[in-house]
Amino acid sequence: MWDWAFTIDILPVLARAAVITVQATAIGFVIAALLGLVLASIRLSSPAAGLVVAILVELVRSTPLLIQIFFLFFVLPKVGIVLDAFTAGVLAIGLHYAAYCSEVYRAGFENVPRGQWEASIALNLSPWTTFKDIILPQALPPVVPALGNYLIALFKETPLLSAIAVVELMQRAKIIGSETFRYTEPVTLVGLFFLVMSLLSAGLVRVLDGWLSRRYG
Amino acid sequence: MTEMPMVRYENVSKRYGAFTVLDNLNLDVARGEKVSIIGPSGSGKTTVLRMLMTLESINGGTLWVDGEPMTHMSKNGRLVPADARHIRRIRAKIGMVFQSFNLFPHMTALGNCIEAPITVLGMGRKEAEERAAELLDMVGLSAKKDHYPGQLSGGQQQRVAIARALAMRPKIMLFDEVTSALDPELVGEVLQVIRRIGAEHDLTMLMVTHQMGFAKEFSDRVCFFYQGKICEQGPPAQIFGNPQNERTRQFLNAVLEAG
Amino acid sequence: MWIRVLAAMLAATLTAIVILSFQDGFKVFVPGLLQGAWLTVQIAVLGALLAVVMALTAALAKLYGPLPLRWLAVAYIEIFRGTSALVQLFWLYFVLPQFGIFMDAFPVAVLALGLNIGAYGAEVVRGAIRAVPKGQWEASTALNMTRAQMLRRIILPQAFVAMIPPWGNLFIELVKSTSLVSLITLADLTFKAQQMNQATLQTVPIFTLVLLLYLAISLTITICMRFTEGWAAKGVLHGKAS
Repeated sequence: MWDWAFTIDILPVLARAAVITVQATAIGFVIAALLGLVLASIRLSSPAAGLVVAILVELVRSTPLLIQIFFLFFVLPKVGIVLDAFTAGVLAIGLHYAAYCSEVYRAGFENVPRGQWEASIALNLSPWTTFKDIILPQALPPVVPALGNYLIALFKETPLLSAIAVVELMQRAKIIGSETFRYTEPVTLVGLFFLVMSLLSAGLVRVLDGWLSRRYG
Repeated sequence: MTEMPMVRYENVSKRYGAFTVLDNLNLDVARGEKVSIIGPSGSGKTTVLRMLMTLESINGGTLWVDGEPMTHMSKNGRLVPADARHIRRIRAKIGMVFQSFNLFPHMTALGNCIEAPITVLGMGRKEAEERAAELLDMVGLSAKKDHYPGQLSGGQQQRVAIARALAMRPKIMLFDEVTSALDPELVGEVLQVIRRIGAEHDLTMLMVTHQMGFAKEFSDRVCFFYQGKICEQGPPAQIFGNPQNERTRQFLNAVLEAG
Repeated sequence: MWIRVLAAMLAATLTAIVILSFQDGFKVFVPGLLQGAWLTVQIAVLGALLAVVMALTAALAKLYGPLPLRWLAVAYIEIFRGTSALVQLFWLYFVLPQFGIFMDAFPVAVLALGLNIGAYGAEVVRGAIRAVPKGQWEASTALNMTRAQMLRRIILPQAFVAMIPPWGNLFIELVKSTSLVSLITLADLTFKAQQMNQATLQTVPIFTLVLLLYLAISLTITICMRFTEGWAAKGVLHGKAS
């Protein structure tokens, strides 16, 4: 039922596709982490801007990533922005997870005691200096594990790129399947790849969490 | 059998890793006797009650309740470790009141008092409710029987907890620092209830307490624990009036000065 | 405060859907998309039921089951949390038939999504059970309850309250992942959108309507869960717990 020769045949092909998956994960997460921080910072700045950001975040989180990928891929060209499938897909993933990450940062900001802001005002620090030198260094370390968990979640959603024909792991497995009529090996291998990577990263996040809570706890 | 005390700790030891909490404890409590356990924190006094309630395992020795071994049972003439059924049968004789009340927050005062009689004793709902109502009346809370724990003061919650324990008709009642979590002005109402059940029910009572005045007035015997051992025990008049042991004297002086 | 914003967002979404469905250029797509949305809702509801059952079973097995059962629960939770929903869907759809197990796309969809969300739900249930204060277990032991009685009467009702917000998030995740079933040929909302898009190339109206429809479903769930949360906190715990 399981063909080892076939498995060894397709391994290098899948490995090349895995590189695309990892690239998509890395770029998508950089967008998510940076944009998320910007969104959370805007929420701090004024209640009105905060409400707008909160509504945007809710909108993004309430609709499927797959539809958002389609939307960027099919709708943007209509307004003259033509993106290749990889760029559109990774951008959609990054935007989607930016919404989640902004909530993580927000929790981080809320955990910094009010007294830190008040002490900074008492020392006559500018708002920007306060934010950059006092608040951020305290808010960020505790939320790193939560961000790590979203990195893993984002990684597991990259197979959605196959829906717009980006040849990442899942798409490659489907192509192999449709060419050879053998789905068992490629799809199982993809599953195993995600399982191993997720378990390893979850372990790393746990170690990091322990280290951070000893260092900053 | 009639010779046997209600509770017997026979060479009981309890360790956490390398740390010995209780060292070879021997203690008998007679039927109907009221014993207070006092001592500095970390002296193992709470552990004495928690072991009897099976909330802590023991590392050595034997616990006897009402003439029967609790942690062991006899099988083919030999003592073997007790199974769950045996432990539940013995445990039915014991009730406990906790420092932090531990009422069930999703049930009313009455609901707290009928839950175990119905599910554990298989009592009918009507009978359980009548009995719970009597007990709540005895602790002075018949007006609050439909209130939830979150709507009651600490003192009221603790009185419900006492009624809840009594509803199981125990022969032995354990009180674990039952007034320690209360605001000072609420301590009196709880002690009043304990005094009353001491007088009206033929219960064997073990209590861990910091209320020296109450221990002196209420108990038949006081045990002073120090570093996992009974350092001194005797009638309250002796312990509080004329302590023989230097440690006891130091402890009582410190407590009286503070309070 | 936020609940009012949510309600306003839902009202705006529904209004937009109604207005657009009378506009030329939009209205031809509405019947087909509603059909797809109906299938989406069906899959989501059945998937949610399966997820709740699996979550409770796996959490209790992992916490209190005998050893082999505990391993089984851990394996289930780790495998379904460790791989993508889409990979699971494809595996059930493409690989099971090669082992002689043939299922229609609809049961495969419900099974895959229910098992996936159920694995996350199991950790939610387990966390909520463990968050019930230790004193509640001790008091139940002192009242001589069996473990089954404690769980059923004392622990689970309290854990239930703590579970509602995370389950709200999981149900939203479930609704969103129903869009994946379009990739195994089920004619859900996303599938209909893709199909119409390929046939007419009217991308903007189609995807606008689709986004609004998903938004309406998700916001309805979010608002319902908020109310359930408030009701449970009041109706089960009655003020702060002791």
